[in-house]
Amino acid sequence: MHSHDASAAGRHYRRFDRYSRISHILLMVSFLGLAFTGLPLLFSDVPWAARLARAWGGLQAAGFIHRVCATLLIGVFVAHVGRLVQRVYVQKDYGIFWGPASMVPQPRDLREMYQHFRWFVGLGPRPQFDHFTYWEKFDYWAVFWGMFIIGGSGLMLWFPEFSSIVVPGWVFNIALLIHGEEALLAVGFIFTIHFFNGHLRPEKFPMDPVIFTGTVSEHELREERPAEYERLAREGRLAEFESGPPSVRSHAVGRLVGATAVTLGLLMVALIIRAWLH
Amino acid sequence: MNCVKGARAWLALLFCLAPGVLAAQGPPAPPSNDDCQMCHAEASTTRANGQPVVVDPAKWAASIHGQLDLKCVDCHADATEIPHADALARVDCSGCHSDAVTQYGASVHAKQRAGGGAQLAATCVSCHGVHDILPSSDPESRTHHLKLPVTCGTCHGNDATIQLAHLHGGNIGEQFADSIHGRALLKGGLAVAPNCATCHGAHDVRSHQDPQAKVARGNIPGMCGTCHEGVLRTFSRGKHGEMVQADPTKAPVCIDCHSAHTIQRTEQAAWKVEVINECGTCHAESIVTYRDTFHGKVTELGFARVATCADCHGAHEVLPASNPASPVHPNNRVQMCRRCHEGANANFAKYDPHADRHDITDGRLLYFTGKFMELLLVGVFGFFGLHSGLWLLRSLQVVRDRRARARLAARTPERHDADERR
Repeated sequence: MHSHDASAAGRHYRRFDRYSRISHILLMVSFLGLAFTGLPLLFSDVPWAARLARAWGGLQAAGFIHRVCATLLIGVFVAHVGRLVQRVYVQKDYGIFWGPASMVPQPRDLREMYQHFRWFVGLGPRPQFDHFTYWEKFDYWAVFWGMFIIGGSGLMLWFPEFSSIVVPGWVFNIALLIHGEEALLAVGFIFTIHFFNGHLRPEKFPMDPVIFTGTVSEHELREERPAEYERLAREGRLAEFESGPPSVRSHAVGRLVGATAVTLGLLMVALIIRAWLH
Repeated sequence: MNCVKGARAWLALLFCLAPGVLAAQGPPAPPSNDDCQMCHAEASTTRANGQPVVVDPAKWAASIHGQLDLKCVDCHADATEIPHADALARVDCSGCHSDAVTQYGASVHAKQRAGGGAQLAATCVSCHGVHDILPSSDPESRTHHLKLPVTCGTCHGNDATIQLAHLHGGNIGEQFADSIHGRALLKGGLAVAPNCATCHGAHDVRSHQDPQAKVARGNIPGMCGTCHEGVLRTFSRGKHGEMVQADPTKAPVCIDCHSAHTIQRTEQAAWKVEVINECGTCHAESIVTYRDTFHGKVTELGFARVATCADCHGAHEVLPASNPASPVHPNNRVQMCRRCHEGANANFAKYDPHADRHDITDGRLLYFTGKFMELLLVGVFGFFGLHSGLWLLRSLQVVRDRRARARLAARTPERHDADERR
């Protein structure tokens, strides 16, 4: 509960740059759009699915919005990969391959996961996390893998006549299966596990605006990622990341956007659970 | 009392007429229509139970029997003298209409009456009227082609009667009125549209369980085919038609897909998607696998822009895929897919529109992909479910401890800093 009080004032450190924040917003909007237009098909046998499809103005309209969101999301993904390439080839920044700023899973992630479980059951102290934790890396790679799996199968089904030049028709059967199941996995994961890890757990409840404001308070950085704070302090780089507190406006907008997304996501989870109970 | 009053009037009349009557030789002449009208034109003439027994002279004169100059006593033969007995015998129409009455005798209406119980089933007068019967060619007749559904509806469209008489099929009057036939007949005034009697017969309405009924399963295709001649021809060529020939109780007939009384236009999306479930009542496996496909899901949501059963398999002339004339025969598949997917090629047509992901023989890759996805879902949610669950419990404990320490610190401020660092 402290973190909230401290988040609005005092010394802050930059965690996400503008590029990442915009990417996340676009990812979030397109993902919600994809989920709300696609799930009626996945749960076509329950009453809310037909109502939701009609609410979009019919499946043709829902399908159009689905494709618009898909195009946006693919655009975000391509831009992300482009930025990684630029960091490596132009900025010669090899930090993305290894080390604390890298998303690549490393031995410390396994160690920290083990320690984290021990802390859950009271057998040890909380691990000293650095810039990216193992669950954040999982989230990242889940989206990365999902982009290929859902995006690839989705594109194949979007242009079946073109796809059939390359693959036999029975691959569409598999494409539809994995498009749906992987979508369920992605939606279920983002709207429960990611929401819990990022926003809903008691330390962050009801939400963590860092992905919208881009900065964390000194208090929160020291508490949540002590290894990062100490490393930056040791390397004398803290000043490099220091920033003022987020503006009242960015804080409020971040909270509003985040709360809306969390609400919509939880609504989707409720609908899925209702479909299972049906 | 009115009955008595009526009788007095008759007595007075008798005295006046007595000399003439007595002057005639032989048995006394039966009362003439004018004689009967002396009492029965009076609204005040009632039965002992108060029920009026008026015969409207104008309506009688306009009726077919009035036009034919029938005498009252032609039907009411037991009214030989005036005044007549309180209760006359039930009129027997068979004296003139022997064929119709014989047919009626075999009908479900007659059988229901003969079987005892509530005497609610229709007799001649229920449909034709009593003293106001008009020929069915008269547009005002109860039995006119365009009016008959209203007449049948007095019972089969009346919820109280339906409940009382345990009539099957619900409110058939309402159902029919909203059907393609009912709208054509009742709203369109279309003379060639069928009414109740077209399918069920008029006097010999039989139960659909009676093999001789026009609406018995085995007779339905032929009966519908009297109008839908072309459809009957294609239906008879198909597998379903062949099955009707073999055993109609085990074959789909027209009404199984189109319904009996709620037949709708087949272009309507609502009908197109609904009839899929009808196919599924027999083709249970096929509908399950169909619902796994994009086609099946879109139609399940109520949208008919994608392929339904009939789009690939045909509607009336359904043939097995092994038949070279079938649109789903391997040789015809590309052509069939192209009806919607213009650019479809042989590779495209290798899509399986009824693949069963749980059946390894429908494709090993599909089967194992399905299994992998199931494992992935269970694995990810199992692991992270446990992870988040444990984390939640631990975090709640941390928050509780912090609050407890904060309360303690509020009492002993000097200890606060030390606690925070723990």
